[in-house]
Amino acid sequence: MRAGRRRWSPVRAAVRRRLAADAALLVVAVAFAVPLAWLVLASLDERATLRVHLPTSPTLHNFSAVLTDEITFTPMLNSLLICGGATLLTVACAALAAYPLSRFRSRFARPYLLTVVFSACLPVTAVMVPVYALFVRVNLIDTRYGTALFLAAAQLPFAIWLMKNFMDGVPTVLEEAAWTDGASRPQGLLRIVLPLMAPGVGVVAVYTFIMMWGNFFVPFMLLLSPEQLPASVSIFTFFGNYGAIAFGELAAFSILYSTPVLLLYILISRRLGGGFALGGAVKG
Amino acid sequence: MRHLVRWSPLAPATALLLLFLAGPVGYCAYLAFTDTQLTGQESASFVGLANFRHAVGDPEFRNAVLLTVVFTLISAVLGQNTLGLALAGLLRRASRPVRAVTGTVVITAWVLPEIVAGFLLYTFFERRGTLNALLAWLHLPAQDWLFTLPILAVSFANVWRGTAFSMLVYSAALDGIPQEVAESAEMDGARGLRRLWHITLPMIRRSVGTNLMLNTLQTLSVFGLIWALTRGGPGNRSQTLPVFMYDQAFVKSLIGYGTAVALLLLVVGALFSAVYLRLLREEV
Repeated sequence: MRAGRRRWSPVRAAVRRRLAADAALLVVAVAFAVPLAWLVLASLDERATLRVHLPTSPTLHNFSAVLTDEITFTPMLNSLLICGGATLLTVACAALAAYPLSRFRSRFARPYLLTVVFSACLPVTAVMVPVYALFVRVNLIDTRYGTALFLAAAQLPFAIWLMKNFMDGVPTVLEEAAWTDGASRPQGLLRIVLPLMAPGVGVVAVYTFIMMWGNFFVPFMLLLSPEQLPASVSIFTFFGNYGAIAFGELAAFSILYSTPVLLLYILISRRLGGGFALGGAVKG
Repeated sequence: MRHLVRWSPLAPATALLLLFLAGPVGYCAYLAFTDTQLTGQESASFVGLANFRHAVGDPEFRNAVLLTVVFTLISAVLGQNTLGLALAGLLRRASRPVRAVTGTVVITAWVLPEIVAGFLLYTFFERRGTLNALLAWLHLPAQDWLFTLPILAVSFANVWRGTAFSMLVYSAALDGIPQEVAESAEMDGARGLRRLWHITLPMIRRSVGTNLMLNTLQTLSVFGLIWALTRGGPGNRSQTLPVFMYDQAFVKSLIGYGTAVALLLLVVGALFSAVYLRLLREEV
């Protein structure tokens, strides 16, 4: 019983535990990485198939093949117009709404906020059929601004909630100092509060943009003409248009379409300390 | 009067929410009780509960409900939630490089646009895809996964895509456990599953609750991922409620019936959302 290998040593136990954790995590990481590997390898392979394999002669041909107006530039510009416009609207409305919710006390501030959190959680997918019917009636169907308006409304509850939490972090003392210098409330919001919470506003804007950029169902339902489709939907038509699917080009286009959100995510995760704070923010 | 001026910044956000979110939800509640079809808006008439009675007797609807429950249980409750907790726990023990690699890979899968994730997993599960290549390499029998087990394939796809969120939530929660508690548990010899069950889980139970709610709500509204992988097929064997709703409303032109399904989905979502709100209550 007193054999050396049986003796419990805290250091060795810790090392062993770390090795076990490393091994388990690497297995998960490899499993998660395989589909991502397909994306990268296929984009560099002119004769890409459905399986992961190393390209015999890596080339950027797939990228140059998809960099045309029809395949890449028009859909990406549409995505930018729709999501960029909707993000601006969401952030402006959320910043305005957050101000009274954060600064004034009232009987209806709390119910309002609770309604906002409640609607932030509703499955938006479920209302898309009535939204379609409604948009047909009011002639907003197949318009980019109509799509942007709906995306803005759908993302607004969460944006208000985040923005209000960030605004709570800005002390009122600083605004009060500005008022004594003769600033009005709107000036205080614009010149003092928003600049002080600029990183928070940035996070709300970037998060909103990422959610909209990746959204497939909303533009899929509300836009019909091919020249108006954003990249999230055009990728589908591109998928079927050539009879035999050009997998390499599909992978190349997927990378081009995903790059902006990946870069933006890196930007906000750095600002929030490794991305973990966003999880905390969502958690409430 | 002063009250009105003070709260006026809420107006733009409230208008947007009422017009584009509350409006469609109300319209949804109206349409669900009509026999509206895609062609000929004028002929729509009020049919009371007929759509819901039809749903109860419709084997395809019951199939969709069952598949939605299976999809949610496997991918959100078991998959994302458990794997997310395991990853968060392991990440704390792992060495730095392994932590960085695993975190990056899992989060990338989460940040990628939904449709891109759908295509990647399509190539992974397809008959000629990577999974079968790996199985052949291991001398295991191949399967046409999207044909034989479509609901399992889309569930795994949702785990691949959604686990990062749980991982972030649980990492934040585990960071919140005071060091002394962890140490004294260690001293008392509580290790492994016993420590998890008796100490860790009770301490993070609020995070478990909110995470389960948010995972469920997100999974209830998954459309693009399933659409890219199987389009609900083969037949209707991966047709969850959102896909069924789309199919009834737009392929079969039964807007009224499709909206009734949407309303049911919305009600289920609202119930989960309300529970989530209760869990959050002290923090709002």
